[in-house]
Amino acid sequence: MKSSYECVVIGGGPAGMAAAVAAKRNGIKDILIIEREKVLGGILNQCIHNGFGVHHFKEELTGPEYSSRMIDLVRAENIESLLDCMVLSVDTKDRTVHAISPEHGYLQIKAKAIVLAMGCRERTRGAIRIYGSRPSGVFTAGTAQRLMNIDGYMPGKKVVILGSGDIGLVMARRLTLEGAKVEMVVELMPYSNGLPRNTVECLYDYNIPLLLSHTVVQIHGKERVTGVTIAKVDENGRPIKETERFVDCDTLLLSVGLIPENEISRGAGVQLDPMTQGAIVGESYQTNVEGIFSCGNVLHVHDVVDFVTEESSVCGEGVARYIAKNLQNEITHKLTPGEGIRSIVPQTINLNNLNEKVKLYMRVKEISEKRAVVASIGDQIIAKKRDIKFLPAQTVTLELKKKDLLTAAGNEVVISVQ
Amino acid sequence: MDTKKLICICCPIGCELQVNKTENGVEVTGNKCPRGKKYALSEIEAPKRYVTSTVKIEGWMYPVISVKTKEPIPKENIFEVMNVLSDVTIKAPVHVGEIVVKNILNLGVDIIATRNTD
Repeated sequence: MKSSYECVVIGGGPAGMAAAVAAKRNGIKDILIIEREKVLGGILNQCIHNGFGVHHFKEELTGPEYSSRMIDLVRAENIESLLDCMVLSVDTKDRTVHAISPEHGYLQIKAKAIVLAMGCRERTRGAIRIYGSRPSGVFTAGTAQRLMNIDGYMPGKKVVILGSGDIGLVMARRLTLEGAKVEMVVELMPYSNGLPRNTVECLYDYNIPLLLSHTVVQIHGKERVTGVTIAKVDENGRPIKETERFVDCDTLLLSVGLIPENEISRGAGVQLDPMTQGAIVGESYQTNVEGIFSCGNVLHVHDVVDFVTEESSVCGEGVARYIAKNLQNEITHKLTPGEGIRSIVPQTINLNNLNEKVKLYMRVKEISEKRAVVASIGDQIIAKKRDIKFLPAQTVTLELKKKDLLTAAGNEVVISVQ
Repeated sequence: MDTKKLICICCPIGCELQVNKTENGVEVTGNKCPRGKKYALSEIEAPKRYVTSTVKIEGWMYPVISVKTKEPIPKENIFEVMNVLSDVTIKAPVHVGEIVVKNILNLGVDIIATRNTD
């Protein structure tokens, strides 16, 4: 291992691997991926269910199969990786990565370009402030998934799951298949936050009740969870006292959202978008700090890994351009969320960096049917996409063509649901 | 007459389907497209699912490794398959696609590994 590279990628999950492969294929010879686990693959390795790769590989793969294919690409491109190594910070002044590993001790690695691809973290009990005692048996859904699918442990026997996100739904099925009794999935919102397919195949198939507009108000137990109190919530999400009831269980799983893991980014002075909680990036996924790029779940939480691969490949191309001194930093266009749009990635564009088009990844604020997402500059509509249904849980994509951006007068693109 | 309610999983809309079994055959309502009808019929006649799980492994850094049924299997056999898998132990090295259990329960479907040990 050397002390300086053209490009250092922090995180060896799907985003980091795709960015590294794309950078390599676009002429960057000298790349290092740093990964804190003992293997590449990231979170995919524990997502043993299928449904991955439908867009990118045109077949239905399990998480480990998808990551294996990406690892094969990394190996075929002869990209170096440093495993079991934790990055502590990124120093932007001399663009140095500070890291620590049992094998190498404290490391300082210089890089011309750095890709932030650290992924995201689950929201915990603390983040949603559930009242009660602090017994063992309260897990985030992803931790339970890791325990079962990688480490071979059963997290519990009688389980309540709070939150109907896809990880929670998938774990309801997984626990049931391994012999646990999943009493119920409790969801604060009046609708399921998971994909319909997961609601059917993970809950209905096994007669697991889904309680909408409900939440957990108290955790009971001293050493181990002995039960939870659940309650119905009103339209403002506040628990209704009279509806409280006790549910006997030994385990509570939380599937209550994901947060991009941006401690290193913040330390490096990277500006974050309050809506995505990830970096603000341009069309080539460069952040406000020159030479620092960001992609994958650390940038914004994705619903399918295929989009991660796609976006991270564009990021890797951007890295290659930057190292070749071929990337312009000025912003020519800003993207602004209008009516009905929660977030847009990337947030800015430099037209000169575009080949032909730029793909936008967006989240809508609420469920709507038979509407369109519309991109406009002033009064002029430059792109439009209809769909029969928009869901907050599902990414909406839209492509803007370079020639349309060139000809429209103005530099603010507003995207809205109409 | 026999009526069953289903939620279509072909796309994000999630149409609420009703399947009526009558003397003249099976009738599907509530679907907004032909895929819904096809889904409802296969769900009524012979629902099938992929099963993904883990088996024990020796000689690797982790004690279990992920596996799946190579093809979907009848829904009613899922728990029997899980029972068989709970007694399976394999040895590293293992590679994606390698057969872990051949023709499980004579269903005509193999269990294959979904991860590499190296």
